[in-house]
Amino acid sequence: MKQEQPRSSSRTALSGPDVQRAISRIAHEIVERNHGAQNVVLIGLQRGGTWIADALAERICAIEPELTIPNGSLDVSMHRDDIGIRPIVPGAISDISFDINGAIVVLVDDVLYTGRTVRAALEALNNFGRPQAVQLAVIVDRGHRELPIRPDFVGKNLPTQIGDEVVVSDSGVVITAEVSP
Amino acid sequence: MSVAIRNALVVTKRGEERLDVKIAQGVIAEMGTSVGPADSELDGTNCHVLPGFVDLHAHLREPGKEDSETIETGSRAGARGGYTALVAMPNTNPAQDSVPVIEFVRMQGERAGLLEVVPSGCITVGRAGTALSPMAELARAGVQIFTDDGSGVQDPALMRRAMEYSRELGITLAQHCEVSSLTVGAVMNECSCSSDLGVPGWPALAEELMVHRDIELAKLTGARVHFLHLSTAGSVHLVRQAKALGLPITAEVTPHHLSLTEELLRSFDSVYKVNPPLRSVADIEALKAGLLDGTIDAIATDHAPHVRRDKELPLDQAPPGMLGLETALGVVLSVLDLTPLQVAEMMSVRPAKIAGIAERHGMLPEVGGPANLCVVDMHQEWTVEPRSLASKSTNTPYVGRVLRGKVRHTVFNGHVVVSDGKAMR
Amino acid sequence: MKHLRSIRELGRDGLEQLLESATHMAEINRRPIPKVPALRGKTVVSLFYEDSTRTRLSFETAAKRLSAETMSFSVSTSSVSKGESLRDTIETISHMGAHCFVVRHKSSGVPWQIAQWTNASIINAGDGAHQHPSQAIVDCLTVRQAIDQPFFDGVNVTIVGDIKHSRVARSNIEAFTMLGARVTVVAPPTLLPSHIGHWPVTVVHSLDDVIASTDVLYMLRLQSERMDQGLIPSLSEYGSQFGLTMERAQRLQSSAVVMHPGPMNRGVEMHVDPSDLSQSRIHQQVENGISVRMAVLFDLLARDGELQQLHEEVSA
Repeated sequence: MKQEQPRSSSRTALSGPDVQRAISRIAHEIVERNHGAQNVVLIGLQRGGTWIADALAERICAIEPELTIPNGSLDVSMHRDDIGIRPIVPGAISDISFDINGAIVVLVDDVLYTGRTVRAALEALNNFGRPQAVQLAVIVDRGHRELPIRPDFVGKNLPTQIGDEVVVSDSGVVITAEVSP
Repeated sequence: MSVAIRNALVVTKRGEERLDVKIAQGVIAEMGTSVGPADSELDGTNCHVLPGFVDLHAHLREPGKEDSETIETGSRAGARGGYTALVAMPNTNPAQDSVPVIEFVRMQGERAGLLEVVPSGCITVGRAGTALSPMAELARAGVQIFTDDGSGVQDPALMRRAMEYSRELGITLAQHCEVSSLTVGAVMNECSCSSDLGVPGWPALAEELMVHRDIELAKLTGARVHFLHLSTAGSVHLVRQAKALGLPITAEVTPHHLSLTEELLRSFDSVYKVNPPLRSVADIEALKAGLLDGTIDAIATDHAPHVRRDKELPLDQAPPGMLGLETALGVVLSVLDLTPLQVAEMMSVRPAKIAGIAERHGMLPEVGGPANLCVVDMHQEWTVEPRSLASKSTNTPYVGRVLRGKVRHTVFNGHVVVSDGKAMR
Repeated sequence: MKHLRSIRELGRDGLEQLLESATHMAEINRRPIPKVPALRGKTVVSLFYEDSTRTRLSFETAAKRLSAETMSFSVSTSSVSKGESLRDTIETISHMGAHCFVVRHKSSGVPWQIAQWTNASIINAGDGAHQHPSQAIVDCLTVRQAIDQPFFDGVNVTIVGDIKHSRVARSNIEAFTMLGARVTVVAPPTLLPSHIGHWPVTVVHSLDDVIASTDVLYMLRLQSERMDQGLIPSLSEYGSQFGLTMERAQRLQSSAVVMHPGPMNRGVEMHVDPSDLSQSRIHQQVENGISVRMAVLFDLLARDGELQQLHEEVSA
């Protein structure tokens, strides 16, 4: 049973408008890096990355109006590496209704932490095809990587402690420190 | 070698009396408040002295299935259960349908020396239901009870002939009432539970039809008929009516049919599979009432040992039957409030008469009477430990259940065969 | 949930959870490579004492798509059972490292009996005439998809055939009733269980009485042995009274759902070709078979409801 420990000292690391600006900047960086968005597909990771992928798709559409960028979602719970250590509870159903073979897949998530979710996502993508390249866009990189995974597009680098909770929404980024018992 | 039972309540013709009992030379030599010293002392504090129990229905499996029980281990189990005599069922291999097999069984019983093994004979050769066995010959060899137990005699014409024949010989025909065409593949009582579980059921009618038939045949022929292991309310009703007409009909019921219901089969545990099957609460109530009003004369165990391997088969393949000798008293007293005299009547006096051994067994203790006795604590609560059973098998449904009433000592022909629950040989 | 042995033991919550999981599995099955590592390191053993290539393959495919190891023992020939008791077989295979047994046996109750001899999870793939829970879950999922409703309140389900000897009927009656359906059974009296009066169903002896009003028509297979056992006069009489004839098919509602657990006895209970019947969902039943069996394996071996809260602690 998860202990509810009294939490205090939350701080807003990024405001709502800052998050929106970051998303806009990332949208431009994606188009710039890939010399246009013709071959780009967005895949938001359940649950935290899907709204961001939707926002990115909108922004990219504004930058390159002739393109409709494919946008899907991926639940990686069945591909985690702690299978057998913890029970798996499936999240929402994945929805990738387009072909990713030869595409540039931009995985989108809210927070990059240990890197294990992204590793699972890379493995899950294998079920769907063989992309030309996979790039990673996150709003927050909070450090403490456990795998050799690095983001291609970052909203903000925010140093955190391991017990901290980081929540990203369109109203901003809130970091809540764990109170030591 | 003399034996004294001290400090117990003795159930005599005059009621319960606080008496010490002295046994010598196979008979009760003395009963009084001080009977002097003896070679062997049995403490009877909190206990009653009853005539040794007589089981009308036990499967000793020898000859033929000695891996599940032998006459010796079955006798030991009986002795621990307070029995000084039991009727050995004839569904052995070879069947008890010839004098040599009868003599063999009797001899094995004598050799074990723990109680009197009374062999029953088959009604038909090989229990096949087609030809009568040599009943006169077997009767001359001392067989009093004839049955094809395990099955009933299906052919009414054959049963009629058996009854006509038996009347002249003064023997008793005991019937396992089951119309086999109605019970093909049956695993349990035909009831709501069997419908839920999708298994073939044994309808009450399959027993009652044969009870009815044999009562009518008994009316016609004047034969003495004993109904084995009655299990349904309908059967009790039929026997009550027959007795009201004064017919020489007797009946028995098992402890498990007084205590366990068909719902237990939902567990699919084959320990509960038995023939006739466990039935409903209403049937149990009718059987108890029948026992209390004398419609059912006796409690008989239908002790049916099976090796673990056989009982581990899927439910429809597992053989039916459960142990009974060592738990009979404990089960009966846990579901019925009986006086010691009632226990004596139902488990000793009446079965001894039915078995034709009433000169040696089933007599309320009195000076000069045979020393076939059991000393029981009517209130002691105990639980069944499979490992401490004397039986070779362990297929009892009462493991872990609290039973009430325990046999402390058993005396057979003046010898202490069970002392403080432990068999002496 | 440790075992899937009967719908009653599963309960309504368990049933809903499995139907949920099955939709996840259906998505996985639509992927170009339908495989996830969820049951990596687990061993699933099929022990089929009764022949059934279809169900056995369905479970094995399901296990493989979840990356489990599979072992298969088909005992209808004599390989395992010569002299070896059920207990010995189960104990031996358990010691070889089985996490889960998928068992089909002609004797009712085997999935409960074997639970004493192993710590593995047990999936009942059919025990005697008693239960076939995974089939019932497939059927509920198929109905859900067809009527586009998660629960079946107000839905009339009619099950036709040899109810007495049918494990599919027993499981389905329990499952459909749990989800709120009104169940009617249609059969001659000799093919009904003795105490059907205790079941939450309406009993009807004529299919014509209900054909036009039923929302779901579930046809059971009639085995030819029933005629040999004297339970019905003849297969053709059964067919004319209880079969889905062309004439009856025409009286079905256009929105009705026609189902059959397979394999079909054409000319006995089915007199029309299902592919000619717009209401038939028999293909969907087969398709759903693998998703449901994946959901069952997944829920028994990878998920634990009590620890659902740990889900929140999964590192990002």
